[in-house]
Amino acid sequence: MSDSDGLYRRRHATDTFFRAACMVAVALALIPLVSVLYYTAARGIGGIDLDFFTELPKPVGETGGGMGNAIDGTLRLIGMSCAIGIPVGVLAGVFLAEFPGTRFATLVRFSADVMSGIPSITVGIFAYSVVVLKMGRFSAIAGSVALAVIMLPTVTRTTEELLKLVPAMLREAALGLGVSKWRATVHVVLRTAAPGIATGVMLAVARVGGETAPLLFTAFNNRFWADGMDQPVASLPVQIYTYAVSPFEDWHRQAWAAALVLVTLVLLLNVTAKLLVRHRVSGR
Amino acid sequence: MTTEMAVPPNLIGVSGVAGAPEAADEPSVRPATQVRARGDAQTLPDDSIKIRVEDLRAYFGASEVLRGITLPIPGKQVTAIIGPSGCGKSTFIRCLNRMHEVTPGTRVEGKVLLDGLDVYRDDIDPVRLRRRVGMVFQKPNPFPTMTIRENVLAGMRLNGLKVSAPDELVEQALRRVALWEEVKDGLNRSGTSLSGGQQQRLCIARAIAMEPEVLLMDEPCSALDPIATARVEELIHELRDAYTIVIVTHNMQQAGRVADRTAFFYMGHLVEYDLTDVIFTKPKERRTEDYITGRFG
Repeated sequence: MSDSDGLYRRRHATDTFFRAACMVAVALALIPLVSVLYYTAARGIGGIDLDFFTELPKPVGETGGGMGNAIDGTLRLIGMSCAIGIPVGVLAGVFLAEFPGTRFATLVRFSADVMSGIPSITVGIFAYSVVVLKMGRFSAIAGSVALAVIMLPTVTRTTEELLKLVPAMLREAALGLGVSKWRATVHVVLRTAAPGIATGVMLAVARVGGETAPLLFTAFNNRFWADGMDQPVASLPVQIYTYAVSPFEDWHRQAWAAALVLVTLVLLLNVTAKLLVRHRVSGR
Repeated sequence: MTTEMAVPPNLIGVSGVAGAPEAADEPSVRPATQVRARGDAQTLPDDSIKIRVEDLRAYFGASEVLRGITLPIPGKQVTAIIGPSGCGKSTFIRCLNRMHEVTPGTRVEGKVLLDGLDVYRDDIDPVRLRRRVGMVFQKPNPFPTMTIRENVLAGMRLNGLKVSAPDELVEQALRRVALWEEVKDGLNRSGTSLSGGQQQRLCIARAIAMEPEVLLMDEPCSALDPIATARVEELIHELRDAYTIVIVTHNMQQAGRVADRTAFFYMGHLVEYDLTDVIFTKPKERRTEDYITGRFG
């Protein structure tokens, strides 16, 4: 009897210990996240007003002004990189899921995995040499191409993994109704996996939204509103970088505000993705 | 290999069964005790045969799963395929609508003549064939992204076919599977919100909404409870007037209850094929008898 009591006590102690260890680990993991959010919010909130969203930056020496052009630029860059990256990534993912055994698929999958580990500045150099040098100038297009290349592996692999999760019997159900393979893939398999793919895409977009390095020599920067996609544009990350390394107090203030806007944008994208999934899963 | 074919006398002279099934206006109440004609061993008359399978061989990679099946399937009757696991019965019906070849690494030899036309001919489009030969699967598999209504219309819509009167088609199909009364107030609910038995009837409705001539059922009740099973079996009784039904089943009692004819498969061979009553009461083959009496399988 006392033997089993001792055993029980030991198990209980072990259990308590590992529970506590897990809690501590979680707390440690949360410290950077919470402090980044807190710091950004505390320092940035003071710089946010209507002007910040609507005005152009003021010349050196003058206070005030805003980052309207950088916000607009970031949205343009994200929009166009999605327009390039999502279709290519999703279709590549469909290919990988539909023709998994082919040698070409193995090659594509391997490339995607390698690509996801490439430093983003390298991608910037790629876009620089392929787009900027060819066009003869920095442009929003060049920046978007760089960002699209960065999101491509994530989108591709997420799509592939989620398509593989769709039960084979749903595809068979469609084929059994006399539906052609591509229609079954698009309207049944892809549609079933759509919420999950949307999450993957949103996460890729969120990641790309904060990229700075590849934009430095592709989209470059612009003190004014963007003239068009073939012209250099400002973007929040580059603007934050420029302002943060400057010696001016007012620019530091604005850099914090820009950081807050960027973090909020990324958070909104993440939350939207999560809600989208929950909504679809909980059903009509 | 194949035994002589027996035929009920009342089958002789029944006209050909080509063409679409009749409209769905006659799910008449059938007497509970099905009167099944038992007949002398005679050959099935040619014009009553809907599907003629000739020396069908199917492979997964190098392994031969079906080893030369020859089997005539009569129109507008229920034919059951029974046999122990791995005997090739599922593969067999998946060959009838060319679903077998959907799995990578598979191969089929031999002939499957649907109304005399070999469905494995090069110029036959398997996609179109499957609209004539519908299929119901082992596990209910309604499309989770679609409502009940959309599920019924899925065959048409996914094929890009225009449906002239969708409401009528939905009601008609759901009435045929005796699901209408249960779901008519919630047609926009998700198809997966239904119970397992209801889902399976929805899948049958989805299949017959395409107005196939043949309905293949691959152990349609194996995932269902006894009550749901009874509903689906009743349904099979009602559908047999309009469709040629081939059903694979693990459950011999089920074959006895629903099928006009029964084929016993073993190790990729057709051991015996006859009227269900004959198979269950005086099988000619020893192995059939052993299986049916539960001595193996």
